[in-house]
Amino acid sequence: MFYREAGDFKTTYAADSQTFPIKFDRIGYYIALIVAFCVLPFMMNDYLVNAIFLPFLIYAIAAIGLNILVGYCGQVSLGTGGFMAVGAYACYKLMTSFPEVNIFIHIVLAGGVTALVGVLFGLPSLRIKGFYLAVATLAAQFFLVWLFNRVPWFYNYSASGQISAPERTLFGIAITGPNTQPWAVYLFCLVFLVISALIARNLTRGSVGRKWMAIRDMDIAAEIIGVDPLKAKLSAFAVSSFFVGISGALFFAVYLGAVEVGEAFGIQKSFLVLFMVIIGGLGSIFGSFAGAAFLVLLPVVLKLVGVDMLGWPTDIVAHFQLVIVGALIIVFLILEPHGLAQLWRITKEKLRLWPFPH
Amino acid sequence: MSTQESYVTADGRTIGPTVMEMKNITLRFGGVKAITDISFDIREGEIRAIIGPNGAGKSSMLNVISGFYIPQEGEVWYKGHKRPPMKPYEVAQQGIARTFQNIALFEGMTVLDNVMTGRLNHMKTGMLAQAIWKGKAEAEEVENREKVEKIIDFLEIQHIRKTPVARLPYGLKKRVELARALAAEPSILLLDEPMAGMNVEEKEDMSRFILDVNDEFGTTIALIEHDMGVVMDLSDRVVVMDYGKKIGDGTPDEVRNNQDVIDAYLGVAHD
Repeated sequence: MFYREAGDFKTTYAADSQTFPIKFDRIGYYIALIVAFCVLPFMMNDYLVNAIFLPFLIYAIAAIGLNILVGYCGQVSLGTGGFMAVGAYACYKLMTSFPEVNIFIHIVLAGGVTALVGVLFGLPSLRIKGFYLAVATLAAQFFLVWLFNRVPWFYNYSASGQISAPERTLFGIAITGPNTQPWAVYLFCLVFLVISALIARNLTRGSVGRKWMAIRDMDIAAEIIGVDPLKAKLSAFAVSSFFVGISGALFFAVYLGAVEVGEAFGIQKSFLVLFMVIIGGLGSIFGSFAGAAFLVLLPVVLKLVGVDMLGWPTDIVAHFQLVIVGALIIVFLILEPHGLAQLWRITKEKLRLWPFPH
Repeated sequence: MSTQESYVTADGRTIGPTVMEMKNITLRFGGVKAITDISFDIREGEIRAIIGPNGAGKSSMLNVISGFYIPQEGEVWYKGHKRPPMKPYEVAQQGIARTFQNIALFEGMTVLDNVMTGRLNHMKTGMLAQAIWKGKAEAEEVENREKVEKIIDFLEIQHIRKTPVARLPYGLKKRVELARALAAEPSILLLDEPMAGMNVEEKEDMSRFILDVNDEFGTTIALIEHDMGVVMDLSDRVVVMDYGKKIGDGTPDEVRNNQDVIDAYLGVAHD
């Protein structure tokens, strides 16, 4: 009833292909943007930033990246953690080699480096598909982590084998290092997320996105309409890895500050981001947000309810989290492969008629 | 070989010079000869049918034209040039579009997006411009959308524009597939059994669409079809195949009176 698309007529094709074709959505989107940029920074404190907002913003970028590869192009990848590590180490090497260059540029360049590595590991996708490709990307995951552990050049020969982010500023405000302000790092990551989401949306609604989706739905038919499968798949790997690399760089430089590769970017990270994409919704940018928010908030909410309100031991609550995530994955794969995004879409379709059933 | 001068058919369409020529094509799968030494040509603006009993090699022939199979012997000449062996997507980029016997649509996408994929060869904006969207990419999208909408109008599928393809019935899917092929503005349109599995009414609709496409866009069409009545009514010239060999070639009337063709369809002992 109150959520309507009736009467919202389009008079140009450009208006018809905009991101939020329904006026109500558009207003909601602008409100969300205003709140995110103008209201939330004033409410930031250390707990909120470190427990909720930074992980959400950074994982949402990673989920958008992985969603492009898995959800839009249909190429399963288990190498997300490894590619995040590439972003982190590329960022670290750039930060320490060129200290005078802006941190913003370093992070974008780290994404570029990850895109190149992604293309390299995407090459097998031309020959192998589905399950077997997943195993090939798993190899990338383990190889990359091993590489960053074993080659001292990557961690600048430090004794601990860790990398830690030196202090860098943007407009005179510390973004990395020990002296950061919660609102500053929040805004910094938010800018990256908003730009990433816009780029991802623009790519997926145009001809590149259609090429990816054509490959996903039926690669033979895609070839017969003139899509070069190699180019389409590799471009998906490149764009996907670019976003994943940026998220890895932010994860290391802004969020953690110091990183041990096996711990921060291990196989669990790959699965975590994959779960976000599955729960949020394959082939949906909104789904990437929803999935990231869900999996970031779940442990926080569980801790709030379990430990603080019910007084259960912490370890039991932590185990509960694994059980719930596992059960949810099964439920979503069986009942709703398109995830939270599809549930939202169905809700909208229902709301369109509500409260009249017909 | 037929003459190269253009001529006008009885119903007023102009048939131009040869656009594609198959010269002595032989295709083997191991020891099995799917196609044996077949030559024929397709002329601009005509509707060319390939008919024959099951297993005659018709679909293999279409797959040779669209680049899925590379023949062991023989040459494919396209627009006056000998075509080197190429991948299906390169053939598509040269302006040959096709539909499949068992529909090959992108099930996860809407009808509109499916038809828009047909325009991919005409959309050249780089990835960077698309990431920015405003400006070049949006202009290109709108320009191609206009062309696609014309085809959607033409094939009368406006009402299902935003419907996911997976929800459509068979007959409409066939039409959407035709729309996607047409959106590419092909020089040659290959139709693999466009009327398979349809009832009489749907067949009539499809026949009308094929004739209209040929008439209005001047598209050259090569089609495979089992329904003899349809083939004889639609096509300008017919190639008849049996057991991988060409047994007849000519106008529907010539073919109908060809003794080999009658034998192949009514059945005599092959020796």
